[in-house]
Amino acid sequence: MSIIRTYTIGTITDWLRAFALASLAITAYAAPYIPKEDSVVLEHLPVRPGDPVARELRQLRTELSANPRKRDTALRLAERYFALANAEGDPRYVGYAQAALKPWWDLPAPPLDALVMRAILKQYSHDFYGAMQDLTAATREDPRNARAWSWRAAIDMVQARYEQARKDCLALRNIESDLYNAGCIAYLDSTTGKAAAAYRALSEAFARSGENSPEIKVWVLTRLAEMSLRMDNAKQAEENFRAAYFEPINDQFLLAAYADFLLDQGRPDEVIPLLVDWVRSDILLLRLALAEKALKAPKAAEHIEALRSRFDAAALRGDKLHQQEEARFNLYLIGNKEKALALAQENWKLQREPRDARILLEAALAMKNPAAAQDALDWLERSGHEDPGLRATAQRLRALKP
Amino acid sequence: MRTAAKALVAVSLALAAPSALAHKPSDSYLAISVEGTEVSGQWDIALRDLDFAIGIDDNGDGDITWGEVKAHHADIAAYSLARLKLRSGGADCPVHATAFFSDNHSDGAYSVMRFEGACQTEAQAIDISYSLFADIDPQHKGLLRLEHGGGTRTGIFSPERATQSFELEKISALTQFFDYAREGVWHIWIGFDHILFLLSLLLPAVLALAGGRWQAVERFPPAFWDVFKIVTSFTVAHSITLSLAALGVVSLPSRLVESAIATSVVLAALNNVFPLVHERRWMVAFFFGLVHGFGFASVLRDLGLPQNALLLALVGFNLGVEGGQLAIVSAFLPVAYWLRATWLYRRLVFIGGSLVVTTVAGIWLVERAFNMKIITP
Repeated sequence: MSIIRTYTIGTITDWLRAFALASLAITAYAAPYIPKEDSVVLEHLPVRPGDPVARELRQLRTELSANPRKRDTALRLAERYFALANAEGDPRYVGYAQAALKPWWDLPAPPLDALVMRAILKQYSHDFYGAMQDLTAATREDPRNARAWSWRAAIDMVQARYEQARKDCLALRNIESDLYNAGCIAYLDSTTGKAAAAYRALSEAFARSGENSPEIKVWVLTRLAEMSLRMDNAKQAEENFRAAYFEPINDQFLLAAYADFLLDQGRPDEVIPLLVDWVRSDILLLRLALAEKALKAPKAAEHIEALRSRFDAAALRGDKLHQQEEARFNLYLIGNKEKALALAQENWKLQREPRDARILLEAALAMKNPAAAQDALDWLERSGHEDPGLRATAQRLRALKP
Repeated sequence: MRTAAKALVAVSLALAAPSALAHKPSDSYLAISVEGTEVSGQWDIALRDLDFAIGIDDNGDGDITWGEVKAHHADIAAYSLARLKLRSGGADCPVHATAFFSDNHSDGAYSVMRFEGACQTEAQAIDISYSLFADIDPQHKGLLRLEHGGGTRTGIFSPERATQSFELEKISALTQFFDYAREGVWHIWIGFDHILFLLSLLLPAVLALAGGRWQAVERFPPAFWDVFKIVTSFTVAHSITLSLAALGVVSLPSRLVESAIATSVVLAALNNVFPLVHERRWMVAFFFGLVHGFGFASVLRDLGLPQNALLLALVGFNLGVEGGQLAIVSAFLPVAYWLRATWLYRRLVFIGGSLVVTTVAGIWLVERAFNMKIITP
């Protein structure tokens, strides 16, 4: 009936409303259409069916579908997909990995290797609680499981449980290498007020360790760059960022951190060539749009709209995985301070890394509402975190207090 | 060192992961509309997901073309519709694909499939079971927009919440009443034949026939009562036939009704140029009002009457028609009374206007009687 009403004798308000909705819909998505020719390319697949990676995945999938309970095949497939998820930044692969683990996914006590893999996949979807339970069970079963301990450390760091993270690092002491142990402790120390000592320890261990893979080099160099920033040494930070950047692998985390550094340094023009090919990545598109806005570049409006539609899509599915980025988007790209603060507060409940504190402090400052960021202010005091920018923002926020 | 290397990468990835979710996860967009027993909808599914599930890139070049998608439309329909179950009143509501398109969402190209079907009984509640890609990507979600009775609801399907039930709430009686009243008002406003008939009868109300010539009335009350009688008898008459037709007691072919309505307009307007009936125009209004009532009834039939609130809708629609009519009359009468003695009114509006109305309605009559298009777009 609603259709007949709209089209045959709909009221003017109906038409206006329909028109408004239609134009909204058009800005969000184009209308369904029939392509003019059969040869029109609609989609590029990220992995070509003929690629060696795709062939290997197909072979593993075939093996697994013949025998879904064959654990080593399932785990091999899950590992491959998880590596792809990280390389491509595409969460679909985490879903595929989870599907491979289906026979073990809901078991209360799956075999150790499946248990650890399950934890890793759970943390990817921000189920930190579920991941931690699995990792606790894994380390109890096998106290020398380096992988389980290292993921525990990672999650404890993300959620700012520093004492627990120290125990995780110490548990690795006798089962992992010197560089690894130094990295674990340095990462913790540099977050909790001992950046200079951490920098020294990690760079010495790095020098001692000899030749390393590009992945490890990028990880260490990015950490060293972050530590330099906490020591207020921009020159040293840039040297480390650039060294990491010239390693022959792509690392989204490095690109995001490097772009943030350039933005903070007031050098948005250098961000553009760095990120111009990464518009498919939400976190990097955010940095690109920030740089374009600062430069008043013509592309800025288009990229801001693209981000808006991606956040809208995430909201539709009920995702809360992007709240930190969405808060930055609201605060700096569309000037919605209120929403930025609400998102930053919500994000802080789950993630408490320095950059989560930063957006919460900045949003609270924009709203002139120090009370909203009290948790982050407390965290800053308790952790002793040194980042000068963060401390300056906190100082301005405290000065607002009556 | 080898284990160490792997584990260290594990840490780096763990620390990067919380913000390294670069892309949107896999979603499908499912819109379903339920009206009575009819179900229709549109389902947008990402081509990447379909390719992973059933293989669409036939030549394996990593590009999915419209031709490749077209070749798989039947497979897409079979695969996806097998993973969507609609149930109402304990029975399945089977649906089938009717058309395919392409569309782009924020994360790439989607296959767009329209579908239709029916439930056995008018749905009080609908159970939707969604299991698309549940076996190959448990992170996939189905985003539902359910439309019913002018309202929209949303739902999110995931393997944990694969079956959801939606009460198809009844629209409140009051809302329904006002909906139909609004349609009534709207119909009289856009129903030029009804307005022209009424105005043709009302035009002479501010004039009096004296010795074969039209004179302006001297006082307002006679004009008012003349209008009152005409409007009331028109209303009573069309209410009777509208109700009889809407309740299915009487039924006339619409071509006959529409032609008779056009005839009524011609006669009413001609009567102003060549006066035949004056004092008893209310009787003309009553007689032809019966015909116009059948015209209103056909509109109501197009709108669809709710079986559970038939009378309410009928009364609402009728009152809406009266309200719209009253608005026209109360705008007309003061102006006509004010201008009644002028040449503008007596020659241009009254005679000229009536002739124009006669011509227009005459063309309608030919159009409707012979089912052809002359002026009606």
